[in-house]
Amino acid sequence: MTSWTEELTRARLHVVSGKGGTGKTTVAAALALALATGGRRVLLVEVEGRQGIAQLFDRAPLPYSEERIASAPGGGEVHALAVDAEAALLEYLAMFYNLGFAGRTLRKMGAIEFATTLAPGLRDVLLTGKVKECVNRTGPDGRHLYDAVVLDAPPTGRVVKFLDVTKAMADLAKVGPIKGQSEGVVRLLHSGDTAVHLVALLEEMPVRETLDAVAELDGADLRPGAVLVNRVQPTRLPARSVPVAAEGRVDEARVLAGLKTAGLDLDEFTLEGLVDETVEHAVRVQSQQEAKELLGESDLPTLELPDLTDGVDVAALYELAEVLVAAGVR
Amino acid sequence: MNRLDFDPLLDDLNTRVLVCCGSGGVGKTTTAAALAVRAAERGRRVVVLTIDPARRLAQSLGLRELDNHPREVVVDGFEPKGELFAMMLDMRRTFDDMVLTHAGRDRADQILSNPFYQTISSSFSGTQEYMAMEKLGQLVAQDEWDLIIVDTPPSRSALDFLDAPQRLSTVLDGRFIRMLSAPARASGRGLLKIVGTGFSLFTRAVSTIVGGQLLQDASTFVQAFDSMFGGFRERAQRTYELLRSPGTGFVVVAAAEPDALREASYFVERLSAENMPLCGLVANRTHPVLAADLPAAKALAAADDLDRSGEAPLAAAVLRLHADRVAVADREKRLLARFTRAHPGVALVGVPALPADVHDLDGLREIGRRLAGE
Repeated sequence: MTSWTEELTRARLHVVSGKGGTGKTTVAAALALALATGGRRVLLVEVEGRQGIAQLFDRAPLPYSEERIASAPGGGEVHALAVDAEAALLEYLAMFYNLGFAGRTLRKMGAIEFATTLAPGLRDVLLTGKVKECVNRTGPDGRHLYDAVVLDAPPTGRVVKFLDVTKAMADLAKVGPIKGQSEGVVRLLHSGDTAVHLVALLEEMPVRETLDAVAELDGADLRPGAVLVNRVQPTRLPARSVPVAAEGRVDEARVLAGLKTAGLDLDEFTLEGLVDETVEHAVRVQSQQEAKELLGESDLPTLELPDLTDGVDVAALYELAEVLVAAGVR
Repeated sequence: MNRLDFDPLLDDLNTRVLVCCGSGGVGKTTTAAALAVRAAERGRRVVVLTIDPARRLAQSLGLRELDNHPREVVVDGFEPKGELFAMMLDMRRTFDDMVLTHAGRDRADQILSNPFYQTISSSFSGTQEYMAMEKLGQLVAQDEWDLIIVDTPPSRSALDFLDAPQRLSTVLDGRFIRMLSAPARASGRGLLKIVGTGFSLFTRAVSTIVGGQLLQDASTFVQAFDSMFGGFRERAQRTYELLRSPGTGFVVVAAAEPDALREASYFVERLSAENMPLCGLVANRTHPVLAADLPAAKALAAADDLDRSGEAPLAAAVLRLHADRVAVADREKRLLARFTRAHPGVALVGVPALPADVHDLDGLREIGRRLAGE
């Protein structure tokens, strides 16, 4: 495990992606809390209409506005926003075409969905456009309103397309305000202000997908940030016992003797069960190890988060944030 | 709890189509492949349609590349009583083939080279689902297999599989595209009155945003497509009906995690609302306790004793990993019990996790055994 770099500390937009099922939203939330630790103000944004943040923080669905959802140690605060493409388009139309009342009618008719579906890139341009606006917004004192913005982005399979606004714009009009707006988005996403973090699990497929995503990001001239390895399981066996046990060889006599010392007198069936559990544990530890080595190929800072057997609740998010802070996240 | 029993389901010749659904990352593709292997070994002539399999899983079925036609699985040491075919969905090719089959050569060329067609056939959200259904319809029509097992596209929500084709057809069939593409024809007085000035403002805004050329391309495409198929909506509707016909069953796959089970709940409710037959829930990758008679607290206390004395580190490690396992198993049981309380009628089978990834036929067979509860 390596740690957070100076370069990452300078980033203001932290995009979090990862293979489906790796715990992307959880990690994004923990990262937001970690970044807010010590008194900073952080915005956590989701774009897929899933209301994952609200569920995670055990709250009612978020409206299309920035709500404060958590405090971080040291006076920090995390705000949250669920960006909705329809609302973003209406906001946009209202701004440039003075379409307030008509906009609501059109929404009722499904016209907005029609427009965003007709030009697939439009949805992404609107969503990233809103994110850019949040990143760049300044307060009355002229300073950035948010010290950092964490974006819970689409999964690895779609993230490069999502962020590659230049390509999306090829489908769209070559002139007009949306063009100007998207140029700003492109500048932000390709600058040192943005880092794209990838959430992985220590299993072969998620690791391969992570490596593919790194290559794809590089290819699109987007900057991969850190790999955040989620749900790392503890290694209980002494290191030297792992390879043998993974092959199915566990010194039963020694285990039995040890159990007796501890005053446990177990029947044969239970002992057999313990041995099987040990073998499975060893196989898992070994494949975690292999996955870790494979992940090393990415050459990115790699931070590990422990598996939480009790599941993820709000308290657990703070626990994960602490781990990230200890690994240098700030 | 009602147990989902796969063997009788796979053996029943009336079972013609099994659709494996679930949110992303829960092991749908592997489940579909393992069920297909098991069905073939039990004597069915089965084809499995996979959407986006991991490379090594594809290789284990002898699939080297996307080629959009079922191929018989020929692997050393695999001699099923029945027959197994497998294919990977090529979304673009399926769409192209659909156009080529139904349009004359000239017409087809015209459609295939339309820029709007190129966009929707490769990157439209919902096209993958639409094409998966289209391919399923084709496989059924070919009538060469007595069992078709379908994997569904990776999406955040299991519901996308049911909704995406409908959404696509709503957009392409809808009144907006007609109005935008042929304003002269469609802006009949009645409609214009209802929509009022908002619409013309909107038209202007949309064409400023997406560009007039795109609207023109879209219009040409929709007109050509309409005359070819009688519309997207009818076609999507037909495949939808197929999913409701007797002989089709849905297998919902979920991990024993809150998010995946929440998605599974939505899906189960939706199936029941639509009268679609649900076979049951596969709770994938569970971790049942293998030494069930040793309580975790007792194991931990003993491990603490051993650690204090510094004796028997191996036994202490075994006790601790057992306690970890009990904690995980308890949590999984709790989550599944919650699902069952909400959906008492849904049959369920837990599939214990293999400690390592599956990438060969033996692995798929082992999962098949676990699915069958062996």
